[in-house]
Amino acid sequence: MRVMVIVKANEDSERGVLPSQEELAQMGRYNEELVKAGVMLAGEGLASSSEGKRVRFDGKNRAIIDGPFAETKELIAGFWLWQVKSMDEAVEWLKRAPFDGGTEVELRRVFETEDFGDELTPELRAQEDRLRAEVASRTK
Amino acid sequence: MSEIATRAAIEAVWRIESTKLIAGLTRLVGDLGMAEDLAQDAMVVAMEKWPESGVPDNPGAWLMAAAKRRALDHFRRSRMLDRKHEDLARRLEDDQRSLEARPDVVLDAGLDDPVGDDVLRLVFMTCHPVLALEARVALTLRLLGNLTTEEIARAFLVPVPTIQQRIVRAKRTLKESKVPFEMPPPSQLGERLESVLGVIYLIFNEGYSATAGEDWVRPELCEDALRLGRILASLAPDESEVHGLVALMELQASRLRARRGPAGEPILLMDQDRSRWDRLLLQRGLDALERAESLRRPLGPYGIQAAIAACHARAGAPEETDWRAIVALYDALAQIAPSPVVELNRAVAIGMAFGPEAGLELVDELAAEPALRGYHWLPSVRGDLLAKLGRTDEARAEFERAAFLTRNLRERELLLGRVRATQDR
Repeated sequence: MRVMVIVKANEDSERGVLPSQEELAQMGRYNEELVKAGVMLAGEGLASSSEGKRVRFDGKNRAIIDGPFAETKELIAGFWLWQVKSMDEAVEWLKRAPFDGGTEVELRRVFETEDFGDELTPELRAQEDRLRAEVASRTK
Repeated sequence: MSEIATRAAIEAVWRIESTKLIAGLTRLVGDLGMAEDLAQDAMVVAMEKWPESGVPDNPGAWLMAAAKRRALDHFRRSRMLDRKHEDLARRLEDDQRSLEARPDVVLDAGLDDPVGDDVLRLVFMTCHPVLALEARVALTLRLLGNLTTEEIARAFLVPVPTIQQRIVRAKRTLKESKVPFEMPPPSQLGERLESVLGVIYLIFNEGYSATAGEDWVRPELCEDALRLGRILASLAPDESEVHGLVALMELQASRLRARRGPAGEPILLMDQDRSRWDRLLLQRGLDALERAESLRRPLGPYGIQAAIAACHARAGAPEETDWRAIVALYDALAQIAPSPVVELNRAVAIGMAFGPEAGLELVDELAAEPALRGYHWLPSVRGDLLAKLGRTDEARAEFERAAFLTRNLRERELLLGRVRATQDR
């Protein structure tokens, strides 16, 4: 199974304070362990929300909202995608991460195709095909 | 923590630590079977203690220390203190003392490269040519994939005792043949690495295209093989073919969820809904192929197969496939790794690039090939080419033959569907 590891923002990450040399080295070692165990699929750190945008959908309207955003604790500062056998294994890996100071990190299971079951009906698929054909004709 | 939660945590720790633990112990005691027993003993101790004390901060080091204590007890008790064992006992005692004095130093050392080297030595051991192929597969899945005997038995549709016996015998063979726990000498490295890659790819293929049974794919085996491949790539980053194999597996796995219809029926490459391909795995595959190419040109057999898979991955729609490039890659593959199966694939590519007649000509040449007798893909491919040429009756006979030959139920249904399609015309 895959899990997404969501690292929440804090005041430092939101102020754009970059990690120290020591913190970077620790995180580098941790990432290396994840790679060596065949666990890490992807991972990125995110710039502060002051560089971010939001789009709010309301009927036909699209309202663009510029960052920074308030509610720091709800924001995301980075993520990993891991391949693990179980959620327990993911927890065990996460416990080894070099975080401190009340940082909260969230683990979420990534949906696999099976989870959608009958959702992907033939009609839906036909619709997808049409969309793809359109995109292809536009890029040509 | 509740007892159930602790048990789950302990199992997770075992999954993360057991390979490193067994590899390190094998280096110390020189015997794989004993190393595994020691590791399991340590685990039993953990199951007794952790529910009360909680899982320690560095569970891997804790387990290693417990296993070493067991090893010491064993050597002392068994009175086998000849010179060799005396040395060993002393080394273990030294280790133990330094661990008690400065746990942090030993723990840090434990996270450095020697562990990776031990794991690499372990792979070379479990994939040693002295073992039968199926024994290599079972032992590798067990010690490096951390699968239980039951899981391996289920994956390969054989009874549990069969797998148990395979593993016991494999460990005995390694001991009796005095297979050393070390990196192969440079002169043998290529051949030994080939064996390791072969074992991993066999595991992947069994998951990707189950040879028998009701399921057409068993994705979990693919995931296990991929994980082994990724581990190997990080341990042997300079080996082009390791990246080639990883690229091949990532690219093929990217199509896994598109290969199965809603009722579990197989969907072949050209009929797949490409929007369902896994973009993450696809990109990882292309990246791994790039690494393989940067390390060695021309590519080895796995690299070339990955390059072929990449041709498909890059095509947004079936008709955009660069079949001529694929034919050229099969030409190269047939040169360095000639086999009737490669020839058959090459014939398919030629049929796509230069028309069904050219393909059929090659397939007919292969029909007499003894290695392909009973291989259901031969009549299946032949039927496909005949159908394209409008020779419907001949095509139907070939699909019927293919359906009769395959051992996989899902594949049989697919082929019988093609038989029916020729009747409708």
